[in-house]
Amino acid sequence: MGKLFGVILTIIALASAYPIVTHMYVQPVDISTHGHAIDEQLADTMAEAGLAFVLAQLLLAFCVWKFSNRKEGSKVFHLPGGAKLMVVGAFILVGTEVLALGILGQKAWAEVYFTAPKPDALQIQAQAGQFAFYFRYPGADGKFGALHPDKIDEGNQNYFGLDPANDVEARDDIVTAEMAIPVNREIHLLMHAKDVGHSFYVRELRIQQDFVPGLDLSLHFTATQTGHFEILCTQLCGLGHYNMKAYLNVLSQEDFDKWMKQKASEQ
Amino acid sequence: MEETLKSQAHAHAPAESFLGKYVFSLDHKVIGKQYYALALVAVFVGMVLSWLMRFHLVWPNAKIPGLEFIAKTGAPGGIITPEYYLSLLTMHGTLMVFFVLTNAPFAGFGNYFLPIQIGAEDMAFPRFNMMSFWTTFVAFVVLVTAFFIPDGPPISGWTAYAPLSAIGKDAGPGLGWGQNLWVISIGIFCIGQLLGSLNFIATTLDLRAKGMTLMRMPISTWAWFITSCIGLLAFAVLLPACLLLLLDRMAGTSFFIPSGLVVSDRLQNHAGGSPLLWQHLFWFFGHPEVYIAILPAVGIVSHVLTNSLRKPLLSAKVIIYSMMSIGFLSWMVWGHHMFVSGMNPFSSLLFSFPTLTITIPATIITLIWLGSLYGANIQINAASFFALGFISMFVSGGVSGFFLAQPSIDIYLHATYFVVGHFHMVMGVAAIFAIFSGTYFWFPKMTGRMMNEKLGMLHFWLTFVGTYCIFMPFHYLGIVGNVRRYSSFVDDFMPALMRTHKFITIAALATGAAQFIFFFNLIYSRFRGKQATANPWRGTSLEWSIPSPPPWNNFGGDHPVVYHDPYQYGLKGSNGDFVMQTSPEQILNE
Repeated sequence: MGKLFGVILTIIALASAYPIVTHMYVQPVDISTHGHAIDEQLADTMAEAGLAFVLAQLLLAFCVWKFSNRKEGSKVFHLPGGAKLMVVGAFILVGTEVLALGILGQKAWAEVYFTAPKPDALQIQAQAGQFAFYFRYPGADGKFGALHPDKIDEGNQNYFGLDPANDVEARDDIVTAEMAIPVNREIHLLMHAKDVGHSFYVRELRIQQDFVPGLDLSLHFTATQTGHFEILCTQLCGLGHYNMKAYLNVLSQEDFDKWMKQKASEQ
Repeated sequence: MEETLKSQAHAHAPAESFLGKYVFSLDHKVIGKQYYALALVAVFVGMVLSWLMRFHLVWPNAKIPGLEFIAKTGAPGGIITPEYYLSLLTMHGTLMVFFVLTNAPFAGFGNYFLPIQIGAEDMAFPRFNMMSFWTTFVAFVVLVTAFFIPDGPPISGWTAYAPLSAIGKDAGPGLGWGQNLWVISIGIFCIGQLLGSLNFIATTLDLRAKGMTLMRMPISTWAWFITSCIGLLAFAVLLPACLLLLLDRMAGTSFFIPSGLVVSDRLQNHAGGSPLLWQHLFWFFGHPEVYIAILPAVGIVSHVLTNSLRKPLLSAKVIIYSMMSIGFLSWMVWGHHMFVSGMNPFSSLLFSFPTLTITIPATIITLIWLGSLYGANIQINAASFFALGFISMFVSGGVSGFFLAQPSIDIYLHATYFVVGHFHMVMGVAAIFAIFSGTYFWFPKMTGRMMNEKLGMLHFWLTFVGTYCIFMPFHYLGIVGNVRRYSSFVDDFMPALMRTHKFITIAALATGAAQFIFFFNLIYSRFRGKQATANPWRGTSLEWSIPSPPPWNNFGGDHPVVYHDPYQYGLKGSNGDFVMQTSPEQILNE
């Protein structure tokens, strides 16, 4: 029975590694300037953790195969080197891995979070509410009008609570339900939650960031390919959570300008 | 002085009445069994909930017969609604984390065996002990009541993130009285755990038998002791957090709710609170909670494994020190649940390093187990196989932690099924394997009868292969970006992944069904199992020195004296290849 354990565990270990090694399940294409750093970090970690996984399972399988149900009265013996070897081994193996991955990983993190957006980045405000995203562009004046939560009126499509009657800056703000951005231009996304916690997740952009009520956060990124992508809410926000999504259209600058003009005329 | 302490410790006489003996018992053994039984009920409910969830994910329009009677609004006509799916996942998580993973390996086995393993007649405070169980029981009843109120159970997940959990019924179904019951239940649960932890600590420090030095305590006892130290601090934070949440919900305070929120078209009358404060308080408890579940499992598995290997581990001391380091580091890592929560991104780096560092003691423990297998004479039985299976699961769940500990990777994997796969393997399945291992191992002591080994082995194989079939694919789905906590996969990229989801669902139904073999074995063996001797596994620790089942005062009024370290295996003793802790015989090279 110990041999069977060894065989089955070996099969499990190899079968678990198979879909990874053969790339049966992979991330979608990366369309951001920072995503490669995350993908590389993921690949390095997969190589190291994957190897550790397979080796540890095979070692366990081998030991159970070899040392189970030996003859009654068989002499037991100890691994030369004993616990000291294991402690030193763990420190060297994992210690280096921790340092290497920990330090390398900071680079990818820093690219997303420790750099300021360029001054000419395109500012877009995203608002998350149960169960839809809305996006706001500042319009010709380049300034966003102030938000007045008491003026939110979804029936009249005042999703953000703008007050154009009294607020000049709000008059040319462009509000949309889908997000369009120009390719190869940095976007400075200002994030605002209307009611509860939500999240902004675009797999292809390698971006995920929570919306926190009462705390306006911001993100910046640059998309490098045109296309149509899904924006998902990944923070549990209530009964319609699974259906809370919007689309991101990455357009050429020309198409983006056209889109902008058309949306401005629709307001 | 010592003698006085001991006689005071068991101030209660053997109970005579049925109520005193089986219900409001002061006996730690009965209380341990009560915790275990409560965990069994909770795990059964939790498992059925997971079946319903898995079923709904792949056959969303299928009618589940009978469900409409339990959930009139949640599942009209037996078809689960999206909001009821969220109720199921909230209740599944809460039941499993609190009432199974905390109750069985820590409170259940700990209550039964900690006093015996240190040679005590009972816990230091038997009345507190009874109170802690019945408090936990009340918490369970309060939680389960949420299923039967018109509002239905809460839908905010087991983490109850504010402000979704704080605003009240405006935020959605189940967030009125359902959420109130959840908060009250968890608050009560904390009180039970605080009482229990205090009791464990006092008992370990004060009631050890003569010769039972701290380093002579079995690894399992050490694990329960370290866990109770963690529990005392962790639940002491969750309890006030629950109180604050309850105040936000019922007294109009705003600890977790900022101003200007418009929910269901209504401007909420709150101002000044911080949703991140709830996350910090919750995870300050929540991450140590992971170790509250897994450290007793590590202790139980080490204890069972040493017996099954018929030789001591390479070093029991190193395992104990590693568990202490894990316990210590567990207070510095809570922020890794919050990398993308909007907290200061510099903090993410600070939380990432201790998280990665915690891998070192965990690796040391794993390597000690693996290294100890070398040259052993592994006994084949359900207890040892579940212990070996635990090691496999612990490794599988551990390596995926390496990904999530890195903030940069977490940007992509956070809130995907990768996380679901990770914590189910390392905290859920691994701890459950330890519970199974402990059950097969200690059942003879607890009931006086052996469990059926053939059924035990069948149970092991189906569970071992089954759990890999369920939880490994979760990681693959996560890599593609499959988001968790969705009741239905409406995203454009999802159809291609539905085959994997169907595979998981079928594996979950089958593996769940295999657990009935265990339930049957448990009940059948309790009444029809082979009679157990006092020491069926040729064990060395104190629980094997007394009859199976033990008398009400454990050692029959004697005060055991301890002469040896707990794991004297693989040597020439007078009774075979082991020497018991209570045996005065000399051991060479000790």
